[in-house]
This record gives sequence, structure tokens and C-alpha cells, in this order.
Amino acid sequence: MQRYLPKSQADREAMLKAIGARSIDDLFAPIPAEYRLNRDLKVPRQMAESEIVDWFRERSRENGDAYTSFLGAGAYAHYRPVIIDSLISRGEFLTAYTPYQAEVSQGTLQSIFEFQTMICELTGMEVANASMYDGSTAATEAVLMAARVTGRNGVVVARSVHPEYREVLKTYATHQEMPLTEVGFAESGRVDLKALDKAVTDQTACVLIQSPNFFGTIEDVVAVAEIAHKKGALLVVAIAEAVSLGIVQPPREADIIAMEAQSFGVPLGFGGPYCGVIATREKFVRQMPGRLVGQTVDSHGRRGFVLTLATREQHIRREKATSNICTNQALIALMVNIFMNVYGKVGLRELAKQNLAKTHYAVQQFGKNAKVLFDKTPRFNEFVIQTSEAPNAINSRILGHKIVGGLPLKKFYPELGNASLWCCTELTPRTMIDTAARVVAESERSEKGANTSEEEAVPEVVR
Amino acid sequence: MNKYPDLKATRHTSQDEGLIFEKSSPGKAAWKLPPLDVPEVDSKELLGSSARKDLGNMPEVSEIEIIRHFTRLSTWNYAIDLGMYPLGSCTMKYNPRVNEAVVRMEGLANAHPYQPEKISQGALRIMKALSECLVEITGMDAITLQPAAGAQGEMTGLLMVRAYHESKGAARKKVLIPDSAHGTNPATAATVGYAVENLKSNANGMVDIASLEAQMNEDVAALMLTNPNTLGVFEQEIHKIADLMHAKGGLLYMDGANMNALVGKVRPGDFGVDVMHLNLHKTFSTPHGGGGPGSGPVAIKKILEPFLPTPIVIEKQDGTLGLEYNSPKSVGRVRAFYGNFGMFVRALAYILANGPDGLRQTTEDAVLNANYIRKGLQGTFDLPYSTPSMHEVVFSDKIQAKKGVKTMDLAKRLIDYGFHPYTTAFPLIVPGALMIEPTESEGRDELDLFIEAMKRIAAEVEEDPQTVLGAPYTTRVSRLDETTAARKPILRWKPAS
Amino acid sequence: MASYPTDFKYTKEHEWIKQSDNTATIGITNYAQESLGDIVFVDAPKVGTEIKAGATFGSVESVKAVSDLFAPVSGTVTEVNAELATAPEKINKDAHGSWIIKVTLKDPNELNSLLSAADYEKFVAEEGSH
Repeated sequence: MQRYLPKSQADREAMLKAIGARSIDDLFAPIPAEYRLNRDLKVPRQMAESEIVDWFRERSRENGDAYTSFLGAGAYAHYRPVIIDSLISRGEFLTAYTPYQAEVSQGTLQSIFEFQTMICELTGMEVANASMYDGSTAATEAVLMAARVTGRNGVVVARSVHPEYREVLKTYATHQEMPLTEVGFAESGRVDLKALDKAVTDQTACVLIQSPNFFGTIEDVVAVAEIAHKKGALLVVAIAEAVSLGIVQPPREADIIAMEAQSFGVPLGFGGPYCGVIATREKFVRQMPGRLVGQTVDSHGRRGFVLTLATREQHIRREKATSNICTNQALIALMVNIFMNVYGKVGLRELAKQNLAKTHYAVQQFGKNAKVLFDKTPRFNEFVIQTSEAPNAINSRILGHKIVGGLPLKKFYPELGNASLWCCTELTPRTMIDTAARVVAESERSEKGANTSEEEAVPEVVR
Repeated sequence: MNKYPDLKATRHTSQDEGLIFEKSSPGKAAWKLPPLDVPEVDSKELLGSSARKDLGNMPEVSEIEIIRHFTRLSTWNYAIDLGMYPLGSCTMKYNPRVNEAVVRMEGLANAHPYQPEKISQGALRIMKALSECLVEITGMDAITLQPAAGAQGEMTGLLMVRAYHESKGAARKKVLIPDSAHGTNPATAATVGYAVENLKSNANGMVDIASLEAQMNEDVAALMLTNPNTLGVFEQEIHKIADLMHAKGGLLYMDGANMNALVGKVRPGDFGVDVMHLNLHKTFSTPHGGGGPGSGPVAIKKILEPFLPTPIVIEKQDGTLGLEYNSPKSVGRVRAFYGNFGMFVRALAYILANGPDGLRQTTEDAVLNANYIRKGLQGTFDLPYSTPSMHEVVFSDKIQAKKGVKTMDLAKRLIDYGFHPYTTAFPLIVPGALMIEPTESEGRDELDLFIEAMKRIAAEVEEDPQTVLGAPYTTRVSRLDETTAARKPILRWKPAS
Repeated sequence: MASYPTDFKYTKEHEWIKQSDNTATIGITNYAQESLGDIVFVDAPKVGTEIKAGATFGSVESVKAVSDLFAPVSGTVTEVNAELATAPEKINKDAHGSWIIKVTLKDPNELNSLLSAADYEKFVAEEGSH
């Protein structure tokens, strides 16, 4: 007996009889006998629903369910309006397939069309696709797209792009024979424009930056665009924190925008599933990866929507496709879509403004004792502090308050020493900022007093 | 007499739901933020020239309008919850609701990927438990959960193949792919820098051993095989295929798209597969959600283990779990963080709800259902390959095409009978294919209804083909003009100027 | 059925070519447009591109299929039919009147190995009967 299977034993026997098989084994006869498994799989025994719920509740408890955090770095804690889950739980959205059969998929298709429109409005681009796996793969696919558009293969990447985005790009680029050049950041926390100017050549397909960048700093997109464009290269801008678009100018000078839309109503969920998007200029649309929904009419002249420009895709072009991508993140894009509707034209700005205010307050509090890096440059909702003591040690004390401190950057940016990346959103209470700032202050005072490093003695609690 | 003569032509509120932008007007809102507990800031002062002035045509609507909008749109979709969704190769099975409940638990839904390992033990335990189950189910040695979908799984698998060959001295040049393969296979091989060489199928729809023998040499890195293949046929000479590959140092890659035919009955690791990907959104019941998210773990044999993407979940000496990043031979990272974790939770919940007996019964029912349909429709529709079917069956429109009715027309007519179309025109080796995969989630009654519907459509083709050619009639829109959509793409809404 | 102009030469990949002195005009045949169906996009090379006999130089797309364009001869592209960028349906309406590119020939002798109208018609009659 299995509760998901709608058959009685009598049904099975009747069906076997109808087929003309003596037993179910007859149907598995095509599998050579020596390979057939003649034992039970060694997986846990069948559980009741209540047991499953209990098992996962235990795992949830082991997973910091009572903690709040200052972590950002490409995954942001924003409030998720309740109606997102109400709506995406409708079976017609949840249990539908890719909308290839347009007549029975108009719900999904129209909502994607609206999603594409809103992404265009927010990013200042002319076309947006129906979504990609996540921000890291969107950034990578945007770079590959730039190579197709320009017919060049060099890629110049800012070191201030999310380190894991850069890692993904490296994995893909290696086998496309695309040389990557990394350009460091200046004192400002922005990409080093002089170094960038040198790195971009007439072999460069694109420059990839992120804005706000990994440190939360807003890049000088106009200046970067000028450097890229004067050599005929494209500018690809990654956006990891979508809420920034409520109050920060979109990178309109970019040729391709690769965005992570997780901030718009998608659960943190230990890193996925998230929602990448690529937006670009109309003239590049045929080089764009991923699905696109277009408006058309039916045989009675009524407005309707279809997947279009499918000839770019793998199921038609096979080894010549623009990308091997097949699925998109439709259900996650729907979360994003609903979120954008809830906040809309005014709410998104106000939401972003709260993020800005909380972060500004935190910078001031932390800045009283620790050094805030890149402080002269505009930022959105993240900032980097440098402490005397190792961030892991400070964080382990903050963790005692059921608060997760900022992300230690040593692994990604050893050149920054004892630096850590902190994020505040509308969900970060002032009391939490004050508590963490106090622990940092205490650390600075005792470090400056004792002037010894406890780095080696402290157990590592943050990876 | 009509009491309301003006309302002769009605505008159905649900069927004519407009775009959300058409409902927007200034001053409406569905949001409310709590009072700020820190001082207000002047964004222009903080951001300077980077400050944004306005958000263009973003909508302004109230909460009830959003609820109605999306609820109305949802009624225009077909769904597994409404009925049978026999898309071949897609495994549209029931998506259990307990999966959705557990994934929303606070500690899992709100977990930040960079939170300390000490408070991530639950998530890591889930990843480890799922990995162990999938390794056992596939009969492989190790696994990565990182790939975001099947296509990315394929890429990850081939990257490992490439790294393996490079470690032996040369990456090799090409990948063999049967002509019945899914389009992602050749697209992926190209992504990884391999040339694609097509492999012909034999008269039974299986890999032609003689062709494989002729084409296999030291330049071939791997064979990408779907088993059962896209005809729903198990490759009976799989051991010969594996031996031929291995004898020349090549690897056998299996596309696990059709794993729903095998779970609990046979393990790819036992029949010679070296590397394979799974689709958690097919075999392991995570929802398709209108086209994603997917999840494409890659299971491998020991020889490929050094090349797994990082990080890897490890058990530490103190018994706690951690993430290991140091792996010098790794192919690198294919996605930020650890993959589509939410799908891991759902897939594991599915495995726990089944247990070994449930998983086996599921596979048996899936195969039983496909064969029941085959039996029911044989004779009515042309069966191009008479080789035994596993979990899906492929017919062709050969009989109906004589009346000018093609597979897509039959599929559209099926909508009027309350079913989602089957997969049309794939695999490419069957002209006019009808690819039907019922999955285990259909009872006998639903299958009988489907068979009856298909037979009646076949009868309609004989008596009145025009009816079939004009279908569907019962949907919100009729057939759409895809040509104009592609010639003059309208990819976003614009305000009337 | 459209007839195949006798002053054209043809390829087995269904391109036509019309020579005039050192230059030639290239398009796809009526048979090709018929098998593709409604053409939605023509991907043509830029002026100045070198094309090589037998190699692909672009593609023609319908809603659900892509067909590569194979160069009948070697040469340099001198002109591209800009009309097709906005009105690809012209090929469906008049395949033999809607040229895709013009080239200067590298070796006019290459045309000698191509099919005549009669040969091509025979070839598609055979291909169509499969």
C-alpha cells in the first residue's frame, strides 16, 4: 500500500490481464535478469505523513530557526507577503508543466509576460527573459551571450563581483576558450577604472561588474560603460540585490543586465531555488538564452501569449543552441512577480528607503569603533567593516545573542584582513544593530588594550 | 424578451482578465511598512547621482486585485491536480503536499546559505540523507546535488568526464549521442567543448551495436545514453554498450530523465553506467511549477569522485556535518551556494513517504500504466516500434496523417476531452510522434477515460477531420498565431501612448 | 508548383545561385521554403564576410525549425537583402525572387559543379517521395 498510488491490487491484476501479462515481472522482462535488483533498496522505511513532518521539524530546529542575521552576500532576508504562498500554492500554477501548449497554459504565459514587462521597467532594459536558474548562472549566460553578439571571446571581470558568481563563470568559460581577466577594486570599493582601462582590449567581448557590488558599493556604471564601449566591448552588469532597484538608478548604460531576483519574495531556503533574469536591448534578443513569452492573437483575434523565438533553444537547435538551458524558474518567477505587484511603483521605493536607512544607521554605530571600508562611496544595504580581532571570534560572541554576524571575507578577499560583510534590510531591528555594534565595540576596546590576537585559539564557527 | 438588451455581448470577468498594468492606478497599494525605528535618511544625499527618481510603469494595485488577478489567470492553466498530464519524457506525477509543508518550516525556509555550520546541521543532514538515498537508488558511489536542473546536471557530468580524461592525458574530442536523444544532450556536449557525433538507432529503436563499434575509438570521451530511451525502450544490450565504451577508455553517461521506469527494479550503477544525472522534478515528485525550478543531481562512480563540484558535504570527526571546499581536482562550481535546496527537501520527503516498497510499487505502476495504454490504443494508432515499452509508449500519426491530421492536431483535440496533450513530434526518429507517459499517478478509471478519448478522436479523424483540425474549442483562447509572434515579437506590455 | 528558373544553378541543400559576370546572387529554393513553412527570421552574414563553398553562412528560421544556409560557391559578401530583416515572409511568397546575399565570386568555375534546374527538379522529386 502506498498513499500516492490510486490503484487497488484488484485493479493491477485486472490491468495485467487486459495487457496479457501473467505478472508484473513480464513487463520488466526487457531488463536483463542479471541486472535486476532482487532486494529492497536500502532507503528509510515508508513513513506516515506525521512522521515526515516530525523528521523535518527536527531538522528545522537544528538549523537556526530562532536566529536573526546580518548576512547578505547574494542572499537577502526581506519580508515575504503572505499572498505569495497563497497564490503559488494553487495547483494550476504549482503542478503545471512548461507552457508549450499555449491554449491550456495562458495563466503561466500571461504572468510571465507581465514579469518580463516589470523587469524591463525596473532595469531600464527593452527585453527580459522568463528567468534563469539564479544570479550566478544568469551572469555567466550573459557573458556567453556577449561573446556571441561581439564575436569576441575575452572577458574582463571585476573582483568586486560576487566570488561565487566568478567561480561559476570560470567553470563555464574554461571550456569555451574564453580568457578571463580579473580587475581589482580601488580604495573606493569600486572597480579600479585605470586597471580596467588597461585590461579592456579589442578582443574583449564584455566587461562584467556587479552593482551594488559584493561590498554593497554602487559602481560608477557610466564610467565603466565608457571604457567598455570605446573598445567595442559590451557591458554586463550583475545585480544581486534586486531591492536596490527601488532607489538606485538602474544601470541603463549596460548592454545586458543579469539579475538575481531572490530579494523579491523568494525564501532564503539555504541558497535555492532562486530566480535569475537576463534583460537586454531589443537588438540582441536573438542571442539571448532562456525562454521568452510573446503576445499574439488567436484564430478569433483575441489577445493571447505564446513561448516565442524558440529556435534559439536546445530542443530545436541542439548542439548549436544559444545555451543548453531547458527549464526556467517559472514558479519562483511567479513569486517575484507577485512581490513586485504587492510593492509596486511606490512601495518598492519606500522598501528600498528603509533598507538604506537601517544600513546607514548601522554604519554609523559600527563606525564608532571599527573601521568601515569604502565609506566615501554610495552604498545600498551592505557594508564592510575591518576589525582588530578576527571576525569569526567576534561572531561567535554575537551568536550567543541568537544573532548571526556579518560574513567574514578572509576566504574570498584575504587582502582585506579581518574584514566582514554586513547587511541590513527592513527586517533588521535597531536593537539587533545596537547589540552587534556593542559586541564589536567591546572587541575593539579589549583588542586595543591587550594588543594580542586570539585568532588561533578561537573555534571556527563560520565557514 | 431579453430584459437587458445592452448585455447581449457579455464580457466574462474571469475569461477576459486583462494585464495587471491595465488595472493599475495611482494611489492604490497592497503594501504597508512598519514605522522606521532608525532615523530617516535623505536618499539623494546618500546616493548622489545614483539616486533613482521613479519606477516607470510599475503597477499600483490593491491586495484583492492581485489575488483575483492571479486566481483568474490560474484557471487558464491545465495542471496535474486537474487530470492526467501524459507528457512523454516529462514524468508529470502527483506532487505531494506534505513536501510543500515541510519545505516551508521556519528553519529551512529562512536559512541563509552562509549561516554558520553549527546552526546549519539540519540542512546539511537533509542533503546528506538525500545523497545517500540517491546513491543507493542509482547504484553509484557518490553524488553532487549542486546542478540547478537536468541540463546543468548534464553539463556537470560531462565536465567531470572531461576532467577525468584530462587526468589520463587527453580530454578526447567527441561525445556520441543517439539520434533519439533529447536536445539538451547535444547542446550540453557543445557547451563543454565536445564535438557531437550522432549514433543511429537500429530497427528496434535501440543503439545499433555495430555502429557503436565502428564509431567508438580513443577520440570518444563518452556516450550519452538515455535508458530507457526516449521511445520508452530499455537498451537490452546495455552490458555490451558499456563494455564497448570501457574497452576503449570511454565513459558511459546516462541521462536519468526516464529513471521513473527503473527505481527499485534495476540500478544504472549495476549495468555499467559511470555518470548520470537525475531530475528531481521528474522522478522525485518536486513540482514543475509551470517550467521550473528543477534540480539535477549527478551521481558518479568512484573514478570521478575527485572531480565533483565544490563544496562537498562531509562528516567531521565530532560527528557534525560540514562543507568541504578544498578539492584541487574539482571541476569547480556550477551554481552559487549549494543548489536548489528546496527541491532536496521535497525529494527526500517523497522518498520517505514511499520507502523501498513504495518506490518499487511506484515504478511497477508506472510501467503497468504505459503498457495498459499501449494495449488500449494499439491498432487505433500506428506503433512504429514493437519493442516492449517500459514507462512510456510512442505511437505515430501515420494512420491519421492520411486524412491530413497530424500529431499536434490530435493533441489539441485531446484538450477538449479534458486531458493535457502528450508530447508531440519527439523523439525525432519517429515522424509525427505521440509520446505518452501516464506515470504511476493515474488510476484505471482515468486511464480508461484517456484511451476512450484517444479512440474517439481517431474516429473523428475518419468521419470529420475538420473538427479535429480546428481544436481546441473549450479553452479560453483557440490556436495562437505563433508565426506573427516570432516575426514581430512583442515581449513586453507598453502603455498606450 | 513554381518552376525552377533555368538561368539559376542549385545545390542539394536547396540554395539557388544566379551568376552575372564576376558576381552572383544567392537565395533559397521554393522547395526549401515549402518544407520550412512560415519563415520568421533570416540570419544573413555581414557585408565583407568571406563565404566558402559547402560551408554554412547563415540560417533561415521558421517557428519551430532552423535550416542552415550552405554557400554554393566561395566569395565575399557585397550586399545583404535588408528587406528580409523586417519582412522574412517575402521568401515564402517568392523564393526565387527574394535573394538573401550578393557575392563576388572567387572562382566562377565552382558553379559548374552545381545542379541545373532540370537536375534539381529531379533531385527534389526523389527527395519528396521518401
